[in-house]
Amino acid sequence: MPNAQTIVLNARALERTVARMADEIVERADGTDNLILVGIQRRGVQLADRLARVMAEHGQAAVPRGALDITLYRDDLQTVGPRPIVGKTEIPWAIDGKIVCIVDDVLYTGRTIRAALDELADFGRPARIMLAVLVDRGGRELPIHADVVGRTVDVPPGGRVDVGVTEIDGRDEVTLVIAGEAS
Amino acid sequence: MSAPLGKDLLGLEHLSAEQITLILDTAEPLREISERAIKKVPTLRGATVVNLFFEASTRTRTSFEFAEKRMSADPVNIATAASSVTKGETLVDTAKNLEAMRIDMVVMRHQSSGAAQFLAERIESNVINAGDGTHEHPTQGLLDMLTLRQRFGTLAGKRICICGDVLHSRVARSNIWGLTKMGAEVAVCGPRSLLPNAIEQFGVQVFTRIEQAIEWADALNILRLQLERMQGGYIPSLREYNRVFGVTRERLERAPRDILIMHPGPMNRGVEIDSDVADGPHSVILDQVTNGVAVRMAVLYLLAGNAPALAEAAKGGDR
Amino acid sequence: MTEHRDVLLKGGRLLDPSAQLDGVGDLLVRGGTVEAFGGSIAAPDGALVVDCAGQVVSPGFIDVHCHLREPGREDVETILTGARAAAAGGFTAVCAMPNTDPVTDNQAAVGFVLRQGSAAGAARVYPYGAISIGQKGERLAEFGEMVGAGAVAVSDDGKPVVSAHLMRTALEYARTFGIPVADHCEEPTLAAGGAMNEGYVSARLGLKGIPAEAEEIMAIRDILLARLTGGHVHLCHMSTRGSVELIRWGKDRGISVTAEACPHHLSLTEDMVEGYNTHAKMNPPLRTAADVEAVQQAVKDGTIDVIATDHAPHHNDEKQREFSDAPNGIVGLETALAVNVTWLVKSGILSLGTLIDRMACAPARLFGLPGGTIRRGAAADLTVFDPDKAWTVDPAGFLTKGRNTPYAGRILHGRVGCTLVDGRIVFSRMG
Repeated sequence: MPNAQTIVLNARALERTVARMADEIVERADGTDNLILVGIQRRGVQLADRLARVMAEHGQAAVPRGALDITLYRDDLQTVGPRPIVGKTEIPWAIDGKIVCIVDDVLYTGRTIRAALDELADFGRPARIMLAVLVDRGGRELPIHADVVGRTVDVPPGGRVDVGVTEIDGRDEVTLVIAGEAS
Repeated sequence: MSAPLGKDLLGLEHLSAEQITLILDTAEPLREISERAIKKVPTLRGATVVNLFFEASTRTRTSFEFAEKRMSADPVNIATAASSVTKGETLVDTAKNLEAMRIDMVVMRHQSSGAAQFLAERIESNVINAGDGTHEHPTQGLLDMLTLRQRFGTLAGKRICICGDVLHSRVARSNIWGLTKMGAEVAVCGPRSLLPNAIEQFGVQVFTRIEQAIEWADALNILRLQLERMQGGYIPSLREYNRVFGVTRERLERAPRDILIMHPGPMNRGVEIDSDVADGPHSVILDQVTNGVAVRMAVLYLLAGNAPALAEAAKGGDR
Repeated sequence: MTEHRDVLLKGGRLLDPSAQLDGVGDLLVRGGTVEAFGGSIAAPDGALVVDCAGQVVSPGFIDVHCHLREPGREDVETILTGARAAAAGGFTAVCAMPNTDPVTDNQAAVGFVLRQGSAAGAARVYPYGAISIGQKGERLAEFGEMVGAGAVAVSDDGKPVVSAHLMRTALEYARTFGIPVADHCEEPTLAAGGAMNEGYVSARLGLKGIPAEAEEIMAIRDILLARLTGGHVHLCHMSTRGSVELIRWGKDRGISVTAEACPHHLSLTEDMVEGYNTHAKMNPPLRTAADVEAVQQAVKDGTIDVIATDHAPHHNDEKQREFSDAPNGIVGLETALAVNVTWLVKSGILSLGTLIDRMACAPARLFGLPGGTIRRGAAADLTVFDPDKAWTVDPAGFLTKGRNTPYAGRILHGRVGCTLVDGRIVFSRMG
């Protein structure tokens, strides 16, 4: 039986969802004065860019952005191999006393966010850290939750959520993939 | 992921362009860690790295130690001025004793060419060659390439001339291998008495006058001239070396283009390089030092725990 | 010593170029000497009959260059183990180099080597005396007394004779006793610190090279001194194309120069050092393919007179170390025949007869030693071997104490069946 694919968000739905998330983040951060968006490599970075663009369109001041690659903070490096490629981490602003909103595409076990929290702590002490994710698919292995969620998806065992963004994947799309029995 | 490095880093001769690119690409983002408030990532927590130095070295050992600490590994430094031979203990025994203490990696500097390979074949831990005799010094070659790549964007087609005592230089060999694999044009320049007889077979151009090298090159990598070379009868005097082969401002001013100046250090100012060149606008000597830490972090990261059995284990992260 | 038992070597190919002998036939040994050979010989009562079908019966091989390490390094070889290893390699006699500790530089020391050799009851052991006292290259050793005690030649092997004056006087002085002066040709300032052949491989590996010229400079010096003195110079382990040309030059002019080459220089190149393989570390070093080819041709055309092993056992611990710290040399007695057959005969460079000349007849001729020919009434020093038999080199099975060989694991052709010295079977794997 082949894999079954269901589109969760098409390009337009994804755009609407991002717009709503942007508003929600601004709401929660009480404006953008103290806000820094930090995207997690990869795709989280592009989502953070889009959120910032929407915020600007909605009349907010330009929001500083950063990128975080959590590879070096992963808790499974001793067991994976060969080594995952390390991406760029770029936090060009002092984060002390700021509201940092971590942006990622999918929230699943929570381990990536755990790593991101550890990594952010090495850059300084924000007043508050928030988490915004495009998709929350459940299945947490750590006590972590998102403050802003684009879409909650129930994923059956063996299933997977794929997020595509135009910059990397050529199109904006969120799909739910349910593995066939033979896979 | 393609082109893993294997267990050890012994030299650049046997690495592919793909593997070298992997190391450089990994080193690039790691530079940023040294700019953070807390200059440390937890990646190699719990890994013990032994810096086994049979030859005096402040710079390379310090650079490795910074790299290890910034990756959260636990470095143990063993520096022994006396060689293993005079100490009466063989290198094999030294290594086996270290392994019995449950170490993960060995960074070794040794006066004998081939010592790193010798060790790597006999212990399970990862071995990083920090310079073996006159053979190779791969991390130096890599940091030189990283520095050049940052300045030039690419190494392909760039003209790099390695100047000085190529005969006795492990840095020269690692540079030649690495740069030629990456598509750079490589030349060497020095008195014939300090160039290996078979140098042309390395696929490099040979200049015996520094003026020709300056005319030709986009970058000069100027090797340290060891004072022993005078006693060894290879050159008559340091004074004359400077007059004939020294890289001076006057000579560089006649160059048809700006030339990047590199030196692996420590420098003999006024011998192979003049101060106004070393400290001049085209010198990237300090960038080399900064890049050295990043390259070594990358190598530690890429080798650590690189057990073949785990090679195809879990991939990907949070999905 | 027990009575000699008659031995009948049945149906082997009797091959002795020095006697223009090549044909299948029997050979009877009686009382330690060759009684009869050729055709079919009936076995006398009580004779040991050895079926030699498919085997070659040749004059016993003589190795004019080996290191038996006793006295001084009995942990790596003794005259007993060396003489047994020699017999296992088909050698009926070996010449032991004097670079022992203490150096074999006087008649008492020569006598010791001779006695140990004869007690071994395997291959004959002929001592070399040193050229200079303590091999220090300063004062001549007492050639006359050493020859009187049994030395067959003099050499400072292991070291070159640096002083041209000393080499000159050695060649002159040796004329009285009719012995060759064997020199290890190495210009010491060029070779200093060298660990392998100088060239692209050494440059790549970062190992200090020994240029071919280090050997050639001393070779031509020695040839010129032989011309000057009329003495017989024997050049040890020649390894380069240039040396071959120089020897040819000397011989063409009637200069009394002879030379040897080693099986490893006839088979392996410097590429063996790749990976810092200490079993490929020897002095002179393994050279280039062009050198190997030139030395092979020189053995073929007689420019190089003999093949000698330069058998040099070392302790495994000493070879298991950094390349530059490992000692030079490999064991050779038990692989020489097979290496020569594999690389020289099987490849069509030498006939089997020429190989036997270079390993048996020529050494006897050059050094004035007994043997080297199959002759009625001569001492029965004979080698029986199967030139086609393939076998895998396993150092664990060696009789030498040394395990240091670059041929381990290789499949070679040519296997010794048995070795007779003085009519006695001193080694046999013929059941």
